[in-house]
Parts: sequence; structure tokens; C-alpha cells
Amino acid sequence: MDLSVRIGALTLKNPLIAASGCFGYGVEYADIVDLSSLGGIVVKGLFLNEREGHPAPRIVETPAGMLNAIGLQGIGVRRFVEEKLPELRARRATVLVNVCGTTLDEYVEVSRILSEHEGVAAIELNISCPNIKEGGIQFGCSLNGTYDVVSAVRKVTTLPVIPKLTPNVTDVASFARAAEDAGADAVSLVNTFLAMVIDVETRRPKISNIVGGLSGPAIRPIAVRMVYECRQAVKIPVVGMGGIADARDALEFIIAGAAAVQVGTANFADPCLWPRLLDGISDYLRRHDIRAVSDLVGSLDTRARDKAWIST
Amino acid sequence: MPIDVSAEVMSNHALSADYNVLALAAPAIAEAAAPGQFVMIKASAGVDPLLRRPFSVFEVLRDARGRATGLTIFSKRIGPSTAQIYDARAGQRMACLGPLGRSFTIVEPPAEAWMIAGGVGLAPFATLADSLRARKVKTVLFYGARRAAELFYLDFFRDRDVELVLTTEDGSLGESGRVTAPLERRLASRAASAPVMMYACGPEGMLAATARIAMKYSRPCQVSVERVMGCGLGGCYSCVVPMRGEDGQFHHVRSCLAGPVLSADQIKWD
Repeated sequence: MDLSVRIGALTLKNPLIAASGCFGYGVEYADIVDLSSLGGIVVKGLFLNEREGHPAPRIVETPAGMLNAIGLQGIGVRRFVEEKLPELRARRATVLVNVCGTTLDEYVEVSRILSEHEGVAAIELNISCPNIKEGGIQFGCSLNGTYDVVSAVRKVTTLPVIPKLTPNVTDVASFARAAEDAGADAVSLVNTFLAMVIDVETRRPKISNIVGGLSGPAIRPIAVRMVYECRQAVKIPVVGMGGIADARDALEFIIAGAAAVQVGTANFADPCLWPRLLDGISDYLRRHDIRAVSDLVGSLDTRARDKAWIST
Repeated sequence: MPIDVSAEVMSNHALSADYNVLALAAPAIAEAAAPGQFVMIKASAGVDPLLRRPFSVFEVLRDARGRATGLTIFSKRIGPSTAQIYDARAGQRMACLGPLGRSFTIVEPPAEAWMIAGGVGLAPFATLADSLRARKVKTVLFYGARRAAELFYLDFFRDRDVELVLTTEDGSLGESGRVTAPLERRLASRAASAPVMMYACGPEGMLAATARIAMKYSRPCQVSVERVMGCGLGGCYSCVVPMRGEDGQFHHVRSCLAGPVLSADQIKWD
């Protein structure tokens, strides 16, 4: 059975990737997860310099989900390559780096620095964080901005470039097309949904940033739909995520069109979930007599739609 | 190194209408846990509630031969997860990940240990009291709650030769008012040359007041902070505390990794 998947020039040993912002810099999990067993790890978003992020409280739980506004706290790209990347390499992790910027130049510079170091497998461009005022989302919510940042980064790196798209737009597929036109190797989606929780007793927001990004099983059906739409719109691979907590959830994204999937919030509740997910996918393939997981990608059967009893 | 186990509930002892002590059969975690460390518990399978909750290891349970058989947590019902923990029955299972975080630094005689607890903040002090007693450290517990019925485990501490200084907000037991009042009086009357290590856990206001008092009398103080925590492993960056760094500036530090026990004089208190 072949669990490997290809995302442009990048081959992953399996389709399970730890999502950015949900797995620290990967090294935090080295004691309880075999980092080399994952298809990949997207490390926490990196700017050129260190960032403190928002004050606590930064998260609040919601029905079958959670809201976060961390504010992209991070150690900056230079400290990452010096302090974290060597250990990730030693542990044979496949490292994708989530790249942030407040300006187009910053995206380019961070990507350039990463490209100079051994051990980075791909760049995920964070143009979709809903929680900081400057940067990111200003590119991700504009078709021209998406095109510009992807094409600028494309020029300075030979690494696969994977812009991470926001769901907080009317037509996410048009952003996938803009990314493809600009030379992206793949797109990943969804980032979190902008949302809000209020404590009615105090009339205060539950997190310091007032608004934050919703993730977890609550968003999964919307994310599956968006992955499906993007798959229809572009030829480049789509990396799907949004509320995946078990193998069935991952398979849903793959059938909708995801070449690989990322798992984020569920890892908080169950950091040891990875073998269970992978075994579940293997079992499914065996049960359905499918040789390779890549054969399942985008295999959604919509023929039933043609039946008269559904349309009437 | 933390481990994650599906732990059977050994017993659940309701202390009041909202406090309970839950015993979990997690011997490996219990054996490895040091005073001040915590576990992340998911009281039920499924996605609602979704996340685990952090709890200090309250007691390490041992058999007649001294081997750890499990651990307890000291919980107050404040939301869906703690309601499930309050209602738990022996025999059911809960995911329990630990031990996590940095433990208390334990003093040696002639230093005295003064533990300052508010409400559910009693949680880390049972194991600490045992460790201090093993080192023959004179120990005082300053323990405050709203009312007498919310002061628990007093005999547990008396049995371990811990001196109790109790306060209640309604005056129903001990001194009326906040626990920091007798603490400050006692510090004021103690010779500066007589060493004291303060250990504090409780509501944020109590911790901030305790930290101020510690700084006023130039006493070292370790606080166990509680923050909304997503993972307990350093992955989510939700549980940060502003701490003074080597550069003298304040930086957000993950309390799950750098704490939950932190040096009070390095924290930026609001």
C-alpha cells in the first residue's frame, strides 16, 4: 500500500501534516511523537524578527471548536534556523515553514533566508492570519495581493511555495486561481474563520484581541466544501485542513480533493493521535481495495446528483 | 518525559457542592510527578468539550509497599469539563497526560516554607507539604477561602505537622478577610536574617498581592500560575505570562513549559 503523496516537487511519506500554529516548532513534541513518522510538520509562523503576540487570554473554547488570537508570537526566522532547525533535521522531520510578513519585502526576505538553509522542504505563505492588524490578511483578502506575494516569493526560492488561504472571502477558489497563476506549487486551506465570543455576565470579549480565528470540528463541513471548490478551480495540489480529528475526517478532505491534509486543533486534545489517523487511512484503503492514497484524491462521486429523485 | 494514558477513575470524593477530589489510576505519571507539576485531563471522549484541562497533581497515592498507584486532582466545578470531573464515576476512563511543567524548588532547613493558597489554589500544596516534611522543613499553610465550608483537607496538613493560618472572607473560620493580611503581618515580624521561601497558588489578585508583599519584604516567592491552556506541551502558545527576560525586558513565556511554577518577582503583574 502506498501512503506517499506528492505536492509539486515534494514527496511526503504520508498525507498527514501537523498544521502551523498547532505544533509549536515541532521540537516541543519530540518526546511524545516520532516526528519522522509524520508526512510533514508546518512550524509556527515566522516573521523576520521576534514577535510577542497578544496578551492572554488568547484562546477560548467554543462548541466543538476553539477561538484563538495568539497574534503570531514567534522567535523570528534567524533564531529558528539556528535554534530549532538542527534538531528537526536530526530527528528527520519533513519541515515546512509557515512564512509571515508585514510587507511584501518581508515575505521575500524570510523566504530567501529559509532557502539558504538545508532542512526546509517547503514554504507555506501565511497570507491568511485573521488576528494581526498589519500584514498577512491584507494580501490574502485581495486577489492582486495574493498574486503579488506569491510571484515575489516564487522569484527568490526553488522550494515549493504553498500559500495558505483564508476562508474569510466570498469566493476562495478565485484566490486559489490567483495563487496558481502566480506560480504557487500548491495551496493550503483553510485558515481559521474570524469569529467572536462574549462573556455576557461581564459583557467582555473572551479573548484579549476581541476577535479571533475559529478552528476545530465545528468548521469542518465548511472547510471540506472550500477544498472541493478549490480542487475544481485549479490544477495544482490542494492541501486541506479544518477540524480533522480522526481518519474519517481526513478521508473526507482527500475525497473532496486534498492531496494531503493538515491536523491542528485536534492535536491539542490528543497529541498522540497521529498513528491512529494513519492506521485509519490504511484500513480504509485496504477495505476499499485502493492501492495508493493518491488514487483517492478528488474521487468524490457526484453521479447521484443526476438522479431525478434528488433533483426533484 | 510526559506520557498519555487512558486512566481509570479509582474514586471520586465530593467535598462540597462544587469541589471534588478525583483519583485516577495513572501510576507511571504519579511516580514521576514532582510537586507543582500538572496533568492535562480530558474528562470525556468526543469534541464537546474539545480540549483538555490542566490540573496540578494534588496527591500521589501509594500502596502499602510505597509504590505509586495513582494520583488525585483537586477540582472546582466552574464549566463543562470540571462538571464532568465532578460527576465522574469510578470505573470510567479519562485521558491523562503528564507529568508536565516545572516543579517547585524545595528549600532546606533552616529556611521555613510558607505556602499561600486561595480556594482551588490548594491543589499543588499537598505533594509539596510531603516533600517539605521529608526534608524536615518547618512549614506554614496560609489558606483562604470564601467560607469555612470551602476550606478542605485541614487534617491532611495538620497530620503532616503543617501549621495552619486560615482566613475566610465571611469570618466563619479563622481570621476574617484575605489570606494576605496574616501573611504580611507574619513577614513583618520575622527577622530579615531568618530565611523563608514563599509558595503561592490561587486567584490572580491574590497572587499579585502576594508577589507585592514578597518584594516589599525581599523574600523569594514561587507562584504556580493558572492560565487558559490549550495543549500543555508548548504547541499552542495560549498560556503565556509576561516575564522579565535576560535582556531586562518583558516577554511572553509559555507557562506550560517555563511554569506553571514561576518566580513572582520576574512576572509583570497587572
